[in-house]
Amino acid sequence: MEEAVKGVVPENEEYVINMGPQHPSTHGVLRLVVSLKGEIVQNVQPHIGYIHRGIEKMCENMTYPQIIHLTDRMDYLSAHINNEAVCLTVEKALGIEVSDRVKYIRTILSELTRIQSHQLFWATFGMDLGGLTCFFYGLRDREKVLDIFEETCGGRMIVSYNAPGGLMNDIHPNFQKRTKEFIKYFRKTIHEYDDLLTGNVIFQERTKGIGKVTREDAIDWGMTGPVGRASGFSCDIRKHNPYSAYDRVNFNEILYNEGDTFHRYKVRMDEMLESMNIIDQLIDNIPEGPWTEKMKPVIKLPEGEYFQSVETARGELGVYIVSDGNKYPYRVKFRSPNFVNLAPLNIMSKGSKIADLVAISGSLDLIIPDIDR
Amino acid sequence: MEKKQLAAVVASIAQDSVITEGLQFVEITVSPENLVKVVSALKFNRETALDLLVSLTGMDYGTDLGIVYHLRSTTFNHMLVVKTRVSDRENPGIDSLCSVYKSAEFHEREVFDLLGIKFNGHPDLRRLFLDSTWGFPLRKDYKDDINILGK
Repeated sequence: MEEAVKGVVPENEEYVINMGPQHPSTHGVLRLVVSLKGEIVQNVQPHIGYIHRGIEKMCENMTYPQIIHLTDRMDYLSAHINNEAVCLTVEKALGIEVSDRVKYIRTILSELTRIQSHQLFWATFGMDLGGLTCFFYGLRDREKVLDIFEETCGGRMIVSYNAPGGLMNDIHPNFQKRTKEFIKYFRKTIHEYDDLLTGNVIFQERTKGIGKVTREDAIDWGMTGPVGRASGFSCDIRKHNPYSAYDRVNFNEILYNEGDTFHRYKVRMDEMLESMNIIDQLIDNIPEGPWTEKMKPVIKLPEGEYFQSVETARGELGVYIVSDGNKYPYRVKFRSPNFVNLAPLNIMSKGSKIADLVAISGSLDLIIPDIDR
Repeated sequence: MEKKQLAAVVASIAQDSVITEGLQFVEITVSPENLVKVVSALKFNRETALDLLVSLTGMDYGTDLGIVYHLRSTTFNHMLVVKTRVSDRENPGIDSLCSVYKSAEFHEREVFDLLGIKFNGHPDLRRLFLDSTWGFPLRKDYKDDINILGK
């Protein structure tokens, strides 16, 4: 050890530092208690609950259309897909089959949501690793998706566009035109993302081979979404249990076997292209039909238990509703992807450098309100 | 695997449990003593191969407390719902599934935090979201002075 730092950093003993709750690279209020030996990570303990709002408890005193507005606030980057999950569960319980028009529009909006979420991931992941330019490029393109949302849904991030039985409203007349314009634009610009970051030597050095997870570990820890698929765990709900219009489109499930930080990043980059393919297949064929089914003003689910999974931008979101026949649910449980994906952070980062911990937790793409709920 | 077929296979593995075909999935009710034995048998059996713990939900049924496990097979893509109940509200205890599924660790901490069910054999059972002064908010008899929605 150098003369200058002798006695300042303990050489052979572990010491503990707090990363967060106010740390720029945790994207929210996540506190990681990291124990270190030199700069090698020995143990990571996540401490969560700083923005625990008790959404599951609140749901017990709310009607089903009201619950939808709470799900926006869980994973705010997959807001539309969260709404869809609740709507699908309620529709399944009531035995309602929504029109093809609704299915198509929901699928297109879900994929646009996935694109904007991965764009923000790319932007912030680049920033975490020291490439500030990524942030501006990512947000520049994400703005265009949010403008489409604003026109059709009224909201930009918190959309609340789904309602049990259909949609809140019909799509804006410009929706198809603007979506096609965006796809055309984004196909031309997405190579900039690769030019800026993917091919960068420093970026590759910092991500390749870091934070490896095997397929067995991914299943054992229940890691889904891009995180699981980078380890070769085929877990895409859109493929295995298709909902909405996913059974009518052709798309590939992106799978890699390496399971390191770089490939978790790569899955998301490829998924953006795949999402654009899905939108291409649907956008010109939106069938005519009602944008909502006739629903009773007060929705009461028949007594029973209902479970529905959807694929958000971060993994599998499961909605489990237990109803006792009232207008309020008896119990609602959200199996949120980030909550499950956070748990294995300890085994992923053990033995790596503390700077890599930022890269690993960045590659999990954590959204803290989704963990805390 | 079809629901009927799965129910038959599950019945041969877990003999002294109640098996019903629910609306969506096959459901099996296990007593807390047999839980770990039955679930690990379901996980390692070649025909069921339920190797993914999708979700773990703590329930308050009014008189009983219980846990609902949603298990999925990554090879066959079928789901099974496992349920268990304890009637002791003062000091409820259920065996931990951490030895079978590692992902149960975080889920069980959440249930312990919000419903106060203790998991025997859990490696690190601490409260997850709330501090130790709180009650157990997801219980139906929880009195909340702050939340105006409950009134």
